[in-house]
Amino acid sequence: METRFHSVADLEAYRRQLQAVRGPDRKIVSVCAGTGCRACGARGLAEVFREEIAKSNLEVELRVTGCQGFCERSPVVVVQPQSIFYQRVKAIDVPEILTETVEKGTAIQRLLYTDSDGRTYEREQDVPFYRHQTRSLLAFNGQIDPDSIDDYIAVGGYAALGKVLQERKPEEIVDLILRSGLRGRGGGGFPAGVKWQSCRKAHAADGIRYILCNGDEGDPGAFMDCALMEGNPHLVLEGMILGAFAIGFPGQPKGYIYVRNEYPLAVERLTRAIEQARRCGLLGKGILGTELDFDILINKGGGAFVCGESTALMASIEGFVGEPRAKHIHTAEQGLFDKPTNLNNVETWANVPLIISRGLEWFTSIGTGDVSKDPWGGSKGTKIFALVGKVNNTGLVEVPMGSTLRHIIWDVGGGPPPGKKFKAVQTGGPSGGCLPESLLDLPVDFDRLTEAGSMMGSGGMIVMDESTCMVDLARYFLHFLADESCGKCVSCREGLAQLCAIVDRICKGEGREGDLELLKDLSTTVQTASLCGLGQTAANPLLSTMRYFEEEYISHIHEHRCSAKVCKTLIRYVIDDSCDGCMACNAQCGTKAIQGGKKARHTIDDSLCTRCGVCMDVCKRNAIHVES
Amino acid sequence: MADEKCNVVEFKVQGQICQGTLGESLLSALRRHGFEVPSLCFHEAVSSYGACRLCLVEVKKGRRSKLTTSCNYPVQEGLEVQLDTDEVVRHRRIVLQLLLAAAPAAKAVRDLAARYGIEETPFVPRPEEDCIQCGLCIRICEAVGVNALGFAGRGVSKHATTPYEETSAACVGCGACADVCPTGCVKVVDADGFRTIERWHLKVPLTLCKTCGRGFAPEVHLTRMAGQAKLEIAHLANCPKCRGRAFAAEFRLP
Repeated sequence: METRFHSVADLEAYRRQLQAVRGPDRKIVSVCAGTGCRACGARGLAEVFREEIAKSNLEVELRVTGCQGFCERSPVVVVQPQSIFYQRVKAIDVPEILTETVEKGTAIQRLLYTDSDGRTYEREQDVPFYRHQTRSLLAFNGQIDPDSIDDYIAVGGYAALGKVLQERKPEEIVDLILRSGLRGRGGGGFPAGVKWQSCRKAHAADGIRYILCNGDEGDPGAFMDCALMEGNPHLVLEGMILGAFAIGFPGQPKGYIYVRNEYPLAVERLTRAIEQARRCGLLGKGILGTELDFDILINKGGGAFVCGESTALMASIEGFVGEPRAKHIHTAEQGLFDKPTNLNNVETWANVPLIISRGLEWFTSIGTGDVSKDPWGGSKGTKIFALVGKVNNTGLVEVPMGSTLRHIIWDVGGGPPPGKKFKAVQTGGPSGGCLPESLLDLPVDFDRLTEAGSMMGSGGMIVMDESTCMVDLARYFLHFLADESCGKCVSCREGLAQLCAIVDRICKGEGREGDLELLKDLSTTVQTASLCGLGQTAANPLLSTMRYFEEEYISHIHEHRCSAKVCKTLIRYVIDDSCDGCMACNAQCGTKAIQGGKKARHTIDDSLCTRCGVCMDVCKRNAIHVES
Repeated sequence: MADEKCNVVEFKVQGQICQGTLGESLLSALRRHGFEVPSLCFHEAVSSYGACRLCLVEVKKGRRSKLTTSCNYPVQEGLEVQLDTDEVVRHRRIVLQLLLAAAPAAKAVRDLAARYGIEETPFVPRPEEDCIQCGLCIRICEAVGVNALGFAGRGVSKHATTPYEETSAACVGCGACADVCPTGCVKVVDADGFRTIERWHLKVPLTLCKTCGRGFAPEVHLTRMAGQAKLEIAHLANCPKCRGRAFAAEFRLP
């Protein structure tokens, strides 16, 4: 049911109406259908729920939601009102969930989450993965069907907008955001309030100011913004409308959301949300019956990582090649179509309605430092991280700024998988850095991470164990960035290509005396002489691994050894005495590198072996080892 | 006049007071004052791009100083500019070494490197390459109003080219790209009644001079010029040399 709201009172009346029928005892089956759960069959699962519910006489609502965060245990289902949390649910479990849990209220043991110590948890909020988080932005994802504006309004959506339009002046909102210390979640950590203020103050001859949202989340392994756009699109829209009022009213603010091409579901959900908001009078002319006119268009990216950089993003919207330009004149003054422009990241925008509805004190009570006098004085609020890699609980994690890496990786993430030892964590995506075990108690905020040679980035967090070679890791990220460099600056285009060539050489055991110095010198030039953030941070993975894991580089260069046994040229596969000559490896080897007949110990011809590892996978006696 | 005066700003270069116009390229202003700053991708005729990173300088504005390319840095009141600080020299050396590996076949690159004392590069060279992807050809083509060129690809695959690497229907073969090319990698060849620019897959017929019979400009180029200048094509029937001689003849006393 969508109605057009002609005033804030209309909206509030509608909200009361919705909430009246949605009591706290309402039975709801909430099925996560975020990207991860979809990949594990959540859509089919939701369909089965729908059919089974239709067949039964149960009074229960099926809610298909966006990402709820615990991707490791996909697909996940939560049954309300008890908040019973089920993981790795299959279609076959559906009838039982309906009769046992929805009808009788009892939990099905085998579907509950069990931790590595064998303890079982019934309620969602007790599961360690959730219990150790502070979910303010992601909290709504489990309560909302992203295609339903009603769901968003029922949980208090657009209340902040209503309050602001009724009671506040634009300058007050800018000031509020400034004093909140909200810093850009896209990676730079620039205070949003400072940006808003300069954009508001900038001269706009025709009153046009652009309000942009950066949804070009390209870091490998990061999906925070994806989860917000897909799971709660109206939260992002509300943030942008508030921004439009604060920065561009009175005047003609215009909005764009730039979404990467690889997020078709986000585009779909945002498109629907924008259409709903227009029909409800929350976007378009005279929002909620006020003088505020503001509409948002979606721009799909073309697949270039560099378009996440502000000026490249604007060039791309204008229809040009996504290439950064010098920002000696700030985009706040002359950005998109040469008009004053304010660009914030998805997560930054999502924070805005919460800061307004819950207040400054709530927001500044979370996080580090003191921002009362200086917006750079600390890191406030929560931050969402995409926790991936060699960790038990992969998924989306929201914690207060200043939480330690240890808290995130162990308390929330459950630590490395059994039998694995933590080695390093990469924060900040390809432009971030690798931090070793000795820095696990580092509080994660913008400034501490930068000091340690890494960065917050947009919030990717990749955990690695001893099976990761740090030189190979640096090589991976360097190649990623060399491929994604727009190619404009010689220092970045040629510099990164040469860094790749040197590190490739080292990984092949062809490292030379002086390579480490050459890498350091060239890295510094790439950082200093390049124009945009991509080039300026591209050497971070290399420099941080050289800083904390120098011995691995040295052993690669001087001893031609790869201690993690990853770099193919530096390792060899060998078969030990426990081989019983079963010929399983022999049959699988694609290059016929394994010799030895039946019941005779096999050997591997090193010159034929491609180090694919198939032999090791099929050996039942664990007789095959990697040596370096 | 008053307006112009307002736009004049003063800034310091190595302690020496200099003047420039507000917003003018810092590199232009530096060169006008006789300072030597190397660059390959800058040309007064077109907008600055900042690709070659050779014109690095240290700029101090207020209390903050930073390294920046001077070609796309706008001149402002009160700047303090240092040209050859240790840091600038260090990074410029590496950028030159990178360029020397990227386009060793370009004499201009080798000469410039040599001028700054660099004869060798520690990096892996691409021996045949003579283009540094500075994009001057693209920018001049845009300024001429033809827009036949653009960049394709990214990273080390980035290269200036015509759309789809085919003959561009827009290209009139004017050769402005070759004129501004700092490495001489764009070559214009006029022979046998045709102009060929191999790099852009272009071969167009030349108009033969009515007087001397020499092929002097592509027909498409002359047609475009005549259209722009609202002239009959017949006015462009002679080559520049013959046109000059004919013009001089009009002033000769009988």
